[in-house]
Amino acid sequence: MAAYQELRAQADQRWLGLISGDRPWIRVGTAMCGQAAGAVQVLAALRAELDKRGIDATIDEVGCLGICFAEPLVDIVKKRGSRLFFNNVTPEDVSRIIESYLVNDIVPDEGVIGYLGQNPVGDVPSLNKHPSMAKQERIALRNAGRIAPADIYQYIARGGYGGLNKALFEMQPADVIQEITDSGLRGRGGAAFPTGVKWSFLVRSPGPPKYILCNCEEGDPGAYNDKGILESDPHTLLEGILIAGYATGATNGFVFIRHGHDGPIDRTRHAIAQAYELGLLGQNILGSEFSFEIEVSLTGESYVAGEETALMDSIEGKRAMPRFRPPFPAAAGVWGKPSNINNVKTLAYAPEIILKGSQWFSSIGVNRSTGTAVLCLSGNIRYPGMYEVPMGITLGEVVNEIGGGVPGGKRLKLLQTGGPLGGVLGADSMGIHLDFEEMRDAGAILGSGGIIVADEDTCAVDLTRVLVAFCQYESCGKCFPCRLGMEQLLEIVERIAKCESEPGDLDLLRSVGETMEGTSLCGHGQLGFGPIRSALQHFEADFIAHIEEKRCPTGKCTGPMLSPKNTRPYAFDFVPAAPETTGERPRAEIRG
Amino acid sequence: MTGTVEGFKRRTRRAITSQRQPTVTVLSCLLAAQDELGYLPDEAIEEIATYTGTTTNEVWGVASFYTNFRFTPPGEHAVEICWGPTCHLAGAPGILQSVLDLLGLSGEGETSDNRISLKYNTCLGACSQAPVASIDHQLVGRLSIETARGLVGKLKAPDATR
Repeated sequence: MAAYQELRAQADQRWLGLISGDRPWIRVGTAMCGQAAGAVQVLAALRAELDKRGIDATIDEVGCLGICFAEPLVDIVKKRGSRLFFNNVTPEDVSRIIESYLVNDIVPDEGVIGYLGQNPVGDVPSLNKHPSMAKQERIALRNAGRIAPADIYQYIARGGYGGLNKALFEMQPADVIQEITDSGLRGRGGAAFPTGVKWSFLVRSPGPPKYILCNCEEGDPGAYNDKGILESDPHTLLEGILIAGYATGATNGFVFIRHGHDGPIDRTRHAIAQAYELGLLGQNILGSEFSFEIEVSLTGESYVAGEETALMDSIEGKRAMPRFRPPFPAAAGVWGKPSNINNVKTLAYAPEIILKGSQWFSSIGVNRSTGTAVLCLSGNIRYPGMYEVPMGITLGEVVNEIGGGVPGGKRLKLLQTGGPLGGVLGADSMGIHLDFEEMRDAGAILGSGGIIVADEDTCAVDLTRVLVAFCQYESCGKCFPCRLGMEQLLEIVERIAKCESEPGDLDLLRSVGETMEGTSLCGHGQLGFGPIRSALQHFEADFIAHIEEKRCPTGKCTGPMLSPKNTRPYAFDFVPAAPETTGERPRAEIRG
Repeated sequence: MTGTVEGFKRRTRRAITSQRQPTVTVLSCLLAAQDELGYLPDEAIEEIATYTGTTTNEVWGVASFYTNFRFTPPGEHAVEICWGPTCHLAGAPGILQSVLDLLGLSGEGETSDNRISLKYNTCLGACSQAPVASIDHQLVGRLSIETARGLVGKLKAPDATR
C-alpha cells in the first residue's frame, strides 16, 4: 500500500475510536482568544472534575472555532453523537456541565449555544444556524476548532495531506502551478498578487537552495487570523508550504512568527516534528522523489518585519529593514537565494484547491476575487470573532448578520479595515462587497482581514491618532520620508486631537502624507497616510470640530494620550558598548 | 553566582548553544539569551558576538531595533497592556491610566521597588476579547478598570506570588 493510504487508514481508525468509543470526547478551545477568555482555567477545572468523578474521557485542546464571543468554548461528543457546545464556560460551570450532561444525560437549560453534527441533541438549535455561522464558507478554517492541532492523525483523517499526495503522484509541478493560477487565488497578506504567477517566478530561478517563506508576523492590530490558523490547524499550512515547494522546486521553508506568541509557535513546531516522524517532511516525502525541510523562524517585535524584504533580513538575523527592489525575492531573497513569500492564509488554501480543483475554488467569490476571505471582526460588535466568508458578500452582511451589529442600541459610526495602514469607512459603506478592487476603490483595503467596528461614541480624530501613533512607533527608520514624515503626521494629528491645531494643519498633513506616499521605500511609509486620508474623507466634520470649534464632540480626546515612543536608534553605525555602560541602552551616533 | 560576569556569559552560552531550530542567527541568539536572562546585559551581547563571529556593534544594532529587547533587569512581574485600536475602542486608555496611577508610573518602565515592569503592547493577538492585557505572559481579556486594577494590585502586594 502506498505510504499515504497507509497513514490515512491509521488515521481513520483513530478517528472512529474518538467518535464512536465509549469514552466521551471533550474539546476545549485554547487558542489565544480562548486563553484571554479564561480557557486555561476551564481546562484545568475540567481535568480535575473528571478525575474527581473517575470519568474516563478524551480531552483535546483545539484551536479557535471562530465564535470568539462564546469563549471559553467547550464541546462534548458522546458515543456516535453530535458535538454539543457550551459557551462562555467558567471553571465554576464545569461541575454542573459534567453532572448534567455526562452523568445524568440531561442537556442543561443554560449555557448551551448549539450542536454540530448529523443528529440533533435534544431541542438545542444547530450551531450552523447561529447568525455568526450561517453565512460562513470554511476552507482555510475548515478544521479550526474541530481537530486537535497537536494530533497529526486527526488532520489526516479529515483528508489532510491528501492534496500533497495528489500533487506528488498525479501531477507535475507545472500542473500544480496551473491549477493554482486557474483557481484565481490571490495573496491574502494584503497585496492580493496572483499566487500562481508569484510561484511561477520562483520556478525559473536557479537552485538549490530555494526558499518558501511563510509570513505569520501579523503585527496588525485587529487581525489574528494567521495566528489563529497556526494555533488551530498548523498542518494545513505545512501542507500548503509543501505543495508550494513541490510546484516551485524549492528545498526549504520557513514559518516566520513573532517571538512571544507561544501558542502559534509551539503548535507549529510540534506539527513540524510530527510531520518529520511520519515522513511528510524530510527526504523522499511519502516515498516520492521530493524532499523538503521546514523550520520556524522567530522575529522580535517589529511591525515592518512583516514586509517581505524586511522579513528576509529578519530571517538572516538582522534588523528588519526593507531592501531596495530590484532584485526581487524570486531572484535574490533570503541569503541572496531565490525566495517566495506567502501569507499563512494563502498557503492554507492550497491543499483544498489541489484536492478539489481550481474550478471549485473559483466558483466561490466574485469577479477577480475568488474563494473566501478570512476576517477578524472586533471592536463594538455583538459577535466578535474569526470568520471565513465567500468573497463578494457585503460589509453589511458581515457586520450586521455575522457580527450581529453594534450592541447596546448604538449606531454604527465607522469600520477600520486592512490593519493600521488600511483605511476607515463610514456607516454608508454597508453595500460595499468584499472584493479586493471594490474595497481598494472605496479607500479601504481588505488587507489581512481585520475589520474593527466602531460605534457612534467613537471620535474619528481619536481613532486616527491611535492608528498614526502605531505607524510612527513601528516606522523602521531606514528611509527618511517615513521616519520623519510619521513623526510629523503624529505631531499634527495629536495637535488637532488636543484642539490646539494651527492654521493650515490639514494642508500640512496632506502635503507631508503625499510626499511620503511618493517617496517612501516600502508600504509602511507609502500607505502611512492612508488612515488619515480616509478619515478626512469620511469624517471631516470631526476634524473641523477640533480645529475650528476647539472641541471634541465625543469627549474622547480629553484624556491623556498614552502611546509608547519610538526609540529605535536609526543610525547604521553604533558606538561600541564600553564596559562601564553596563545596563545602558546603546547610544546611536548619526553620521552625515 | 549567576548574576556575575562569568555567570552571565555561561548562561548566555548555554542558551544560545541549545537553540532548537537548525538556523542560528544573531537575532535568534538574542531571543534565546533574553529568554534565559530576562534582559540583555553587556556580557550577553559580547558572548553572542563571539559565538556568531561578528562585532558587538552588529549585535547591538540588531538588539536595539526590536522593541521586545531590554537592557536593564526586568521587574519580578511583567504586565503588558494592549493599546491597539480595538482595545482602544474597548477602553484601553482608562485601563492604562488606572494601572499607571496604581503603580505610580508615568509611562512604560519598572516600579520603584522593581517589582513590576509595565509595557505597552501594540497587539496581543486576542482582539475579540478586548481590552486585553498579559500578566506574567498569561493573556487576560474582557478587562474593566476594576479587574485590571485587581489583577495588577495582586502583584503589587508584598505576598504576591507567581
